[in-house]
Amino acid sequence: MRLVSLSSLAVVLLSCASTPHPVARSEAPPDYGPGAEVHLLQRWAFGPSERDLAEVRRLGVRGWVEARLARKDASVSPALEAKLQEFPTLTMSMGQLLSDYPAKKEREQALLDGRELERPARIGLELSAAKVLRAVEGSNPLEEVLVDFWFNHFNVSADKGAVRWMVTSYERDAIRPHVFGRFRDLLEATARHPAMLVYLDNWRSTRDGMPKLGQRLSRRGVAPMMMEEDGDGDDEPAVSGPRPGLNENYARELLELHTLGVDGGYSQQDVREVARSFTGWSIRHPRRAPEFLFRRRAHDLDAKEVLGQVIPARGGEEDGERVLDLLARHPATARHLATKLARRFVSDTPPPALVDRLAKVFLDSEGDLPTMYRALIDSPEFWAPEARGAKVKTPFEFVVSALRATGAQVEVRPRLVQALARMGEPLYRAPAPTGFPEVAAPWVNSGALVARLNFSLDLVSGRLPGARVSLASLATPSTPTAEAWVDTLGRALLGTTPSEETRATVLAALSRRNEAASAEGEPSPVDVQLVAGLLLGSPEFQRQ
Amino acid sequence: MSLMLSRRLLLRALGLSGVGLAFAPSLSNRALASPASRRTLVTVFLRGGVDGLSLVPPVEDAAYHRARPTLALRATGEGAALKLSGPFGLHPRLEPLLPLWNEGRLAVLHGVGLPTPVRSHFDAQDFVESGTPGRKSTPDGWLNRALIAEESAAPLRAVALQATLPRALFGDAGALAMGRLEEFRLRAGKRGAEATRGFAALYAGAVDQALRTTGQGAFDALSQLDEEHLARLPPTSGVEYPRGPLGQRLGDIARLIRGDVGLEVAATEMGGWDTHAAQGAATGTFANRCAELAGALSAFARDVGPLLEQVTVVVLTEFGRTVRENGSRGTDHGVGSAMLVLGGGVKGGRVYGRFESLTPDRLQDGRDVPAWTDVRAPLAEVLRACRPGVDLTRVFPGFTPGPSLGLFA
Repeated sequence: MRLVSLSSLAVVLLSCASTPHPVARSEAPPDYGPGAEVHLLQRWAFGPSERDLAEVRRLGVRGWVEARLARKDASVSPALEAKLQEFPTLTMSMGQLLSDYPAKKEREQALLDGRELERPARIGLELSAAKVLRAVEGSNPLEEVLVDFWFNHFNVSADKGAVRWMVTSYERDAIRPHVFGRFRDLLEATARHPAMLVYLDNWRSTRDGMPKLGQRLSRRGVAPMMMEEDGDGDDEPAVSGPRPGLNENYARELLELHTLGVDGGYSQQDVREVARSFTGWSIRHPRRAPEFLFRRRAHDLDAKEVLGQVIPARGGEEDGERVLDLLARHPATARHLATKLARRFVSDTPPPALVDRLAKVFLDSEGDLPTMYRALIDSPEFWAPEARGAKVKTPFEFVVSALRATGAQVEVRPRLVQALARMGEPLYRAPAPTGFPEVAAPWVNSGALVARLNFSLDLVSGRLPGARVSLASLATPSTPTAEAWVDTLGRALLGTTPSEETRATVLAALSRRNEAASAEGEPSPVDVQLVAGLLLGSPEFQRQ
Repeated sequence: MSLMLSRRLLLRALGLSGVGLAFAPSLSNRALASPASRRTLVTVFLRGGVDGLSLVPPVEDAAYHRARPTLALRATGEGAALKLSGPFGLHPRLEPLLPLWNEGRLAVLHGVGLPTPVRSHFDAQDFVESGTPGRKSTPDGWLNRALIAEESAAPLRAVALQATLPRALFGDAGALAMGRLEEFRLRAGKRGAEATRGFAALYAGAVDQALRTTGQGAFDALSQLDEEHLARLPPTSGVEYPRGPLGQRLGDIARLIRGDVGLEVAATEMGGWDTHAAQGAATGTFANRCAELAGALSAFARDVGPLLEQVTVVVLTEFGRTVRENGSRGTDHGVGSAMLVLGGGVKGGRVYGRFESLTPDRLQDGRDVPAWTDVRAPLAEVLRACRPGVDLTRVFPGFTPGPSLGLFA
């Protein structure tokens, strides 16, 4: 059993002290079992990399986790910093992006004025590239895992209208700052962000019976294509559609996906009452400089009743706040989030006892997310043998873990982002508000599998633009026999000795190749690329 | 004119003019089925919202011409629409489809769309493809649900010829997506045979059952395509597909059909229909898209030849466009559009669906062609004809179709 070092103990104590409602943490860590470092990194760091393995060994499991939760040592490496500098859109405001990367019509207009502007597609490419780079070589992979998880939980898609100009800010300003905070704050940040307001239409939801302002159809022709739905009413309520009225889209997903869960015990009437509470939560200047705006005229002033709780009449913006308060501490929300976290980090069918405990932790800690993460990592269920390798990697997890395991030198090119789409995960463009699937079944299909195998072969043989791999520096067996290569590369790439079956299969493939080569009378050095390609494409590497 | 017309079309839509009544829809009509009578269903999704009023213009309707001073297709003269039936014409650049119309193998359904107007591309596509309008949380798609509970395990039974699996094919029944047929292969270079055999052996021995069966499916599909050299099968002699992705994709679908690989459902798509500006009439942006669409469909029909009897092609979109043209000589997002149905068993040469004169009082929200026909109605009818026995209450939960449109004999 690993001893917790003094310095990491101090980190634990410090971070507990900063937690407003600390939940008692068992003194003794659970039985981690062998291969603990690899298992921890598989789930909480997109797979082992040489550097992170060394870090976990140095700090111990708890020490490593606490350092990452405290964002310690999390200064961005100069190399990564330099790469991210190449992506100017990452730090831009939504308004800047709209003006510098406008839709087609405005680009054509600018061209007439002698200015050449970049396409908005650039925004998505840079954001995707940064996501890959941070996950591969960032110093806090645990933060990246959680940003990925919570973005997916509160999914928005760049394919919907103006969201493409908002998604950078959404991840940077609404999701990332809160993944180590409280659920209530994260929930509110998403509820108020223009990306969510557009994605789930709340920005145009008004009280029923609100009069329509003017006939604006004739002006719609000047709206850029992607913003057809968004109108051009910068300073007026969202009435550019055919007619104003209540839109239940956000309310329904808020209850079903973000908080209570589909079986969370709410009714259609609750959906409607929640939608009424959020009328007026809208956007100022949606096409120039989007920001949250409460439109008093659009708000329904009558009393509401949500889940049996009365929200008195004549409230305003705070009606929505009250709903968020109610939802964020609701037992159904605790259960829904506990299930989702356990499903992501433990197994597709998490043990009910674990879900029960996590739900209680959520309620006791008033939705303190780091407390939830600690409870998961400290749970015997997380370390149980049946949880090891129990999850199939998503395409993103597969690609990033392959780049981390091979120690690839990465500059993300469009090809790599396209490869992810081919495997079924077009980044930032999940087709439904549910986000990308958290369980294996949807990812496991033959087209996607062939794409994974091709990615493996391309990566190790230097055919993936923007990724360089040096297999020789990864593993150098003392004797360059086929067996030795399979064993050393197996340990380096899989993080563990390959199974007997994998080993035998790879060796058989090699020997066929050797026979073919020696039949031609040539010497037969070990085909290291074939070994590495087979290992990355193997069923074992698809799991974590 | 229009009232008479609509009454006639209404009768037709109700199925009173033909055998429709005899086959009044029954949702649990599973007994009729025999797998032998199955046809391959091919869907072509036109993304961006097709202007149905330019695809199949109601050229005899004065209100249509009033609403579209520069965009309306003419009934006669240069660049006129091709005469179909009733008030309708076919866009002149769709001319390659005319023979199929005349042979009675191509039908048009007009005024079709989502039951509740949704003018966002994203949401409207989502609702059409999930098959559950208004319900966002449906995880799978209508085409995939149409496959479920089948015993067939043909590795190539459901294929999307596009880079990513479309929403309509999401779900439990295995479906695969490929940009092009020739991309669906292992790029192993000089070590191809060893890599393929190595991977196949690794997956045959996978502990995880899902990975094992999927791996098996993938390698079966790979070897089937490889053995028959399907990716390189040339089109039927004399058939030439137009340049562009749609021709490529339909050509690949034709290869799968001609190669008899057990294809049951194929899906592909074509973009570029979001014509907000400079849409054009007989020539221009929209016309060019029409030419590519018609050229590809016509080549496909000739390429599969007599096998077209065993194939049904549905061309659909997410919504139609505003009746009035906008200030940029384009059209904005609307509601009802047109759908094309082509292939075996189709009672073609007719325009189906209720349709009325486009005076503002008849329009949805005073601006759009209404969805007089719910998009699920023709899709359900297509499934009943192509995949008899499919449980339509699973494919379109909560949907009760009205009287049969009578699209199929």
